Amino acid sequence: MSDLTHLISQAQTDFASATNMNDLEVAKAKYLGKTGLLTDALKGLGKLSNEERPAAGAAINVVKQAIETALTARREALLNAEQAKQLAQESIDVTLPARAQSQGGLHPVTLTLQRIEQLFHSIGFDVATGPEIETDFYNFTALNIPEDHPARAMHDTFYIDEANVLRTHTSPVQVRYMENALKNNLNPPLKIIAPGRVYRVDSDATHSPMFHQVEGLWVDEDISFANLKGVVQDFLQKFFERDDLIVRFRPSFFPFTEPSAEMDMSWNGGWLEIGGCGMVHPEVFRHVNIDSEKYRGFAFGLGVERLTMLRYGVNDLRHFFNNDLRFLSQFR
Amino acid sequence: MQFSENWLRSLVNTDLDSQALSHALTMAGLEVEDIQPVAASFNKVVVAKILSAEKHPDADRLQVCKVDVGLAEPLQIVCGATNARAGLIAPCAMVGAELPGISIKQAKVRGVDSFGMMCSSKELGISAEASGLLELDANAVIGQDIREHLDLDDHLLTLKLTPNRSDCLSIAGIARDVSAITGAAASFETILPVPAESQFAKEVVVSDQSACPRYCGRLISGVNAQSTTPAWMIRRLERSGLRSINVIVDVTNYVLIALGQPMHAFDAAKLSGGISVRFAKANESLTLLNDQTVALKTDDLVIADAGGAVALAGVMGGKASAVGDETTEIFLESAFFPPSVIAGKARRLGISTDSSYRFERGVDFGNTRNAIEYATLLIKQICGGSAGEVTEVIGVLPVRNPVKLRMARLVSVLGIPFTHDKAAQLLMQLGFAFTSSDDVFSVTPPSYRFDIAIEEDLIEEIARLHGYDHIPATKPVATLSILGAPEARRHQNTLRANLAATGYQEVVNYSFVDESWERDLLGNVAPIRLKNPIASNLSVMRTSLWGGLLDTLVYNLNRKLERAFLFEIGATYYQKRNTFVETTCISGLAYGSARPEQWGADGADIDFFEVKAHVDALIGVSAVYEKAEHITLHPGQTARILLDGVVIGWLGKLHPKWQQHYHLTKSAFLFELDADAILNRQIPSYQEVSKFLPVRRDLAVVLDENIAVNLVLSTVKNANIPLITDIALFDLYQGQGIPENKKSLALSVLMHDTQKTLTDNDADMAIASLLQLLQSEFDAVLRN
Repeated sequence: MSDLTHLISQAQTDFASATNMNDLEVAKAKYLGKTGLLTDALKGLGKLSNEERPAAGAAINVVKQAIETALTARREALLNAEQAKQLAQESIDVTLPARAQSQGGLHPVTLTLQRIEQLFHSIGFDVATGPEIETDFYNFTALNIPEDHPARAMHDTFYIDEANVLRTHTSPVQVRYMENALKNNLNPPLKIIAPGRVYRVDSDATHSPMFHQVEGLWVDEDISFANLKGVVQDFLQKFFERDDLIVRFRPSFFPFTEPSAEMDMSWNGGWLEIGGCGMVHPEVFRHVNIDSEKYRGFAFGLGVERLTMLRYGVNDLRHFFNNDLRFLSQFR
Repeated sequence: MQFSENWLRSLVNTDLDSQALSHALTMAGLEVEDIQPVAASFNKVVVAKILSAEKHPDADRLQVCKVDVGLAEPLQIVCGATNARAGLIAPCAMVGAELPGISIKQAKVRGVDSFGMMCSSKELGISAEASGLLELDANAVIGQDIREHLDLDDHLLTLKLTPNRSDCLSIAGIARDVSAITGAAASFETILPVPAESQFAKEVVVSDQSACPRYCGRLISGVNAQSTTPAWMIRRLERSGLRSINVIVDVTNYVLIALGQPMHAFDAAKLSGGISVRFAKANESLTLLNDQTVALKTDDLVIADAGGAVALAGVMGGKASAVGDETTEIFLESAFFPPSVIAGKARRLGISTDSSYRFERGVDFGNTRNAIEYATLLIKQICGGSAGEVTEVIGVLPVRNPVKLRMARLVSVLGIPFTHDKAAQLLMQLGFAFTSSDDVFSVTPPSYRFDIAIEEDLIEEIARLHGYDHIPATKPVATLSILGAPEARRHQNTLRANLAATGYQEVVNYSFVDESWERDLLGNVAPIRLKNPIASNLSVMRTSLWGGLLDTLVYNLNRKLERAFLFEIGATYYQKRNTFVETTCISGLAYGSARPEQWGADGADIDFFEVKAHVDALIGVSAVYEKAEHITLHPGQTARILLDGVVIGWLGKLHPKWQQHYHLTKSAFLFELDADAILNRQIPSYQEVSKFLPVRRDLAVVLDENIAVNLVLSTVKNANIPLITDIALFDLYQGQGIPENKKSLALSVLMHDTQKTLTDNDADMAIASLLQLLQSEFDAVLRN
């Protein structure tokens, strides 16, 4: 029996020269196949004597194992190379833009309204709404503004007919809310904000015939003018995220509040008018059957567009209603 | 109200400078909205007289003047003004003077020495325009500083008065409030009655004494209506925004501004008989001073003579009895008309006068007589004449009832501590009469205040003088309770968030729209109309948000955008008999490619079913879509959307005729839903999850092409075939292999048994039931 150990290096060389699985299988067959060199050698064992056979068999097995080890190693190497190739082929440019759906967004006035609602909600204010086509009664009379009162001239009113107007402020919601609350046996404390569209016959660079207001109302046994200032200032500080912001009240006149004030806010070293406010006039309480001896309340009205302009640095009111998407898409 | 600061300071002088005074007024509720110096800052300008004016030897348009400026020798000044002439008195800027933009130096003008500059009002910053030198009074003192001569160290203050503060519609009233605010003493001229020099008087009859509680009239004869109004009066009037018209009118206007009492002077020669104050008769008319002839109504109060109405009381005098240069005898009127009588009268006629403005708000009825005495005094001083008796008719004057002010209430309303003494002191500063006991004041409001009727009014007065600035910002102390949060009701903001996440941009359009949008686009011929729209294209209330969305689309397409997904939430309005119904709608528009232009996407345009998916996601629960027609939409691509059997909205493709009308190159898809109707949702309720796996079978059935797929699917679902838990369409096919007018539906059927693993046999039986149902209901056959 000849020495077969040379087959090991020969097989290793053959395997190494196989560059794919097929070639490797062909090379494998040359040694381990049915007519392979080692198979032939094993077949040759039968011709050996019983004494010679075990040693020869063991020698062949050593060679066979070595060849099989070489084969496995080569197989793995080839497999790895193939996978590496496939992975390389599957490589992409991850910096390509995402396959995007279009992006939408909310109107900046909505963002402000949502923020206002959220902030007031945090101290227990509910949201109330009312009609935009409002009766003369709720828009004026119930708010202590009788017909022909000069205060009506402060509101440039859109009329639908004799008895109905487009509401000039969100204040009528106060009255409707209090009326309903009392009807439903809901007694003070009453805390609401009433956001919504309001209308005035006025249109220029700083006035829009339609704009948004938020009315606030807090009726309770022990609510004061100082509290009104406190709540408004707290709100504005949180809204603008500025602790140094302060509120200034100036005496003013609204028939439905007494005392009344204009609210100014400190801004860049000066003062900006941001709305009107006051203590609910006893006449308004009388209209809704709230005992003004027992209860007091404050009410305020804020201009939503004004707050939005200051918050986001918008310099022209008209942007809000032109609906230019180049403008609107900035608020995402 | 505009006025001269110096006039105010002649009555009440404070240590505050102009800016500080303005601030104090503003912070006390008399908002100063503007403050302007009456002249620019300059110096060394004096009253000068041109002694001679000779033509400049080398310049046609210049003159060489000798000018007396009050020095020993006249100055030689070259001047180009056309009105420069010998004898003219005009301002002269001396060498060394600083004028706005110019320093005056000795100079040679075309070779002639010039020692100063003659000035126009524009050069002194008194007016924006001027033609020629400012011509001064003939009796002006030569050499006097022009600032002193024309009282130019003065400011014009403009007050933005609230309607309740009619008491400040006069210099005296403002002075009174300045005194109250600052504590500075005000000194008012004592007005003494002018004794009657004749017995001449007109009879005055007031027919309704509550409409005219006080009427003073007086004849003054022998007046010279051609007298010149004194310069100081003209100046004060001009600084109050009034032009000089005629000396008599000037005096009445002066008293109006000084005291706040509207006055009227009739030419007595043009009046016949006595005066009556009465309501207009039916069909009576009057031509007013502004040439407007008005048909009077029977609730218009008039001043009448024997011949009829001669003035609209409290609003404007009549043309026929107006004073003029030829007037020699006047009948002066000073009256009080309550606000309720005058309110709205001027507005009805489309006018507003200084008189009506004051009477509507309230005029001091304690000052009526003073005003006529003061006017008499001024007229006699300026125009001469002899005054007759004052005829005064007093009816029922307003009663000023005492108003109670409790210290406890004051403290609790304002939320700050306050002493009795402090309150008393402020009431005193206000000049209000009061008594007090046990921390309760009883305050009688003065006749000039029409806004003090209840305790809160006094609290505001106290707070105003105390200073709103001195009231701290105090956070309330209150009982807390948690607000409710109904889980079965979504917030409108979830709808917004949903559409924004789907790619829609929120817009806000006007609630009033072009009438043609309602009429043509929506077929609404009877929209709610505004009586006074701001523009003809914003005249009716919208019943749909689509017009605004299409308008917004076009606006943006014109700005080179190629696709837009838009939505709006807002009210729509319609009238139902006598009530107005408002429905909050959420509406959307999708136009252009389904996805933004990008690499690796085909750029296909949005279609009906993609928008339908958006609507489905918005509604959240399964709504029913019915084939329907809508005037705005494509008749073959319109769905009416129902929820629980109620129509809640529409979805469809814009009708091609509108697509053409708006010049759209692609199809636009629109939807509109009742926002309130889709906010409800089910609170989740647990259902057992099966341990056994579901079985899916796919099958294709062929049926008539006109059968709505939704009907097929809902019929199967409603049939509740045992084991079948869901059925879905995964393909739709028409064409080769399918008979004409038929379609093939590929359906996936999901079967499930919660108790055991399904066998093939179980599934076969369920599918057989399904096929039988489809066959009997829709004549559907299994496709081979």
